Amino acid sequence: MDYSQFLSMSHEISLVSLLIILLLADLVMGKKKSGFQACAIGLFAIHTVLGFTCFGESAGNAFADMYQSSDLHVLIKNILNIGTCIVLLMSYAWNEKENKEYVGEFYFLTLSTLLGMYFMISSGDFLFFYIGLELASIPMAALVAFDKKSKESAEAAAKYILTAAFSSGVMLFGISLIYGTCGSLYFDEVAYKFASATPLMVLAFVCFIAGLGFKISLVPFHFWTADTYQGAPTSITAYLSVISKGAAVFTCMAILFKAFPSSTEVWQTVLWIIIVLTIVVGNLFAMRQENIKRFFAYSSVSQAGYIMLGVIAGNEVGVSTTIFYILIYMFTNLAAFGVISIIERQAGKLNISDYNGLYSTNPKLAVMMMLALFSLGGIPPFAGMFSKFFIFVGLFKSGMIGLLFIALINTVVSLYYYLLIVKAMFIKENEKPIAKIESDKTTICAVVICTIAVIAIGFISPIYHYIESVSSALN
Amino acid sequence: MNLPIEAYLVVSTLLFFIGVFGFIARKNLIGILMSVELILNAVNINFVVFNRFLYPNELEGMIYSLFVIVVAAAESAVAIAIIINVYRKLKNISVESIESLRN
Repeated sequence: MDYSQFLSMSHEISLVSLLIILLLADLVMGKKKSGFQACAIGLFAIHTVLGFTCFGESAGNAFADMYQSSDLHVLIKNILNIGTCIVLLMSYAWNEKENKEYVGEFYFLTLSTLLGMYFMISSGDFLFFYIGLELASIPMAALVAFDKKSKESAEAAAKYILTAAFSSGVMLFGISLIYGTCGSLYFDEVAYKFASATPLMVLAFVCFIAGLGFKISLVPFHFWTADTYQGAPTSITAYLSVISKGAAVFTCMAILFKAFPSSTEVWQTVLWIIIVLTIVVGNLFAMRQENIKRFFAYSSVSQAGYIMLGVIAGNEVGVSTTIFYILIYMFTNLAAFGVISIIERQAGKLNISDYNGLYSTNPKLAVMMMLALFSLGGIPPFAGMFSKFFIFVGLFKSGMIGLLFIALINTVVSLYYYLLIVKAMFIKENEKPIAKIESDKTTICAVVICTIAVIAIGFISPIYHYIESVSSALN
Repeated sequence: MNLPIEAYLVVSTLLFFIGVFGFIARKNLIGILMSVELILNAVNINFVVFNRFLYPNELEGMIYSLFVIVVAAAESAVAIAIIINVYRKLKNISVESIESLRN
């Protein structure tokens, strides 16, 4: 056996050794756990920085092409690392206060889902992909149920795990049909044999999309989203809404391009319907929400539709704009969830009506929330506008004018409900606004990082150019 | 006795749709979990049958079904733990009882 192939798995190896260290530290430290968190976040930060040294080094496939890696894969893993780092910073104060005893479990579960996402991203074969997907979603259910005292948390986790199991069952049925028709599970061999779209293959493909659609929360598979986002602890909601979604979108794109390149019409038709439903339903439901976490759940459903616009474009511009969109959406949503978690922890309030008059008492938080909402809505000059614009350009180049038109109209609709919250914070009066909040340093640090990124990333053009230069790996 | 491949596929497809029906119609969380297991068993039958009849010289389908069994075990362990947690909170595991998350 050729051991040098492990060298292309540097991200995974580094994360696994980190996991083992954390497990041992958790065992040795006993119940006190003082300094465990700082140590864990520090080690993860080192892992993140090390990840950036992999560019250009770790290209290559391993294990008979089951594992694939290129600069593009390294890039998306680094993006997820940065996001996870921010989520860990955001959950620091919550962990210190609420679950000091179980903090070891928290890190172990979070980082194992991240490992699952790495596997999923780098998979070159349906078996490896399936294991990665399950490794990413089973610990996630435990994380959703992490708040042991709360009834909502348990309920959200029950809904999450049952839907996850069901959709992965349907997806497996699709994979079994793909295996039956093609006789292979490797993406490139499937691509070679999937050339003519027989009805059985279309059925297989539709079943297959269900599994990934669940992770991305595209519309017919989105029913768990609102309940799980509302019931889960806020840092976990943030993690679910950006990291898990980003990884699933990238995987979906990679598999569509690698395994089904010759049946583009089939998946473009399926995705067309799904995307229109996702954007419209997400927008309509977001308008009538009263709980802010539920509101962001539906907003993230609709944003998932926009991200998929880059996938359906099916060209190289589509790949780079999708990754750019994931990057910006990550910072934007994390900034919003950071503010929400600060307010939830200090004031215990989660209704949108509680945000009335927030500006008068907590101007800094209100402004950061506003920037995030502007970016989500796509108001220039914030990063969200650039990502939306680029994704529309990619769509235009592939000639789907009808879809582009629907998406544009829905951007205007989404602006309405994002601005509703801005209006609540800045204009509406409130007799008892949320009292002045002393926010904890780590969370506010994470939010500030995100806010700076939201303002700056759109203007730093080397980032997009770099993404563009590596994104040919999928085609 | 040599059954044709269609016989096996009919069984697995029936099992799959019984599972889907159970997932939708069952009112008990454990019942829903059992329905999901039925779906996974249908998938396993599919993999093994395709492997045995269409590609007898390889082992991919068999190995895949082994992995499905292992992952399904992990999944149901976590699911049952969560359902126990729900039971401790609500003293009930019917679907109607978990509806506090609503707008």
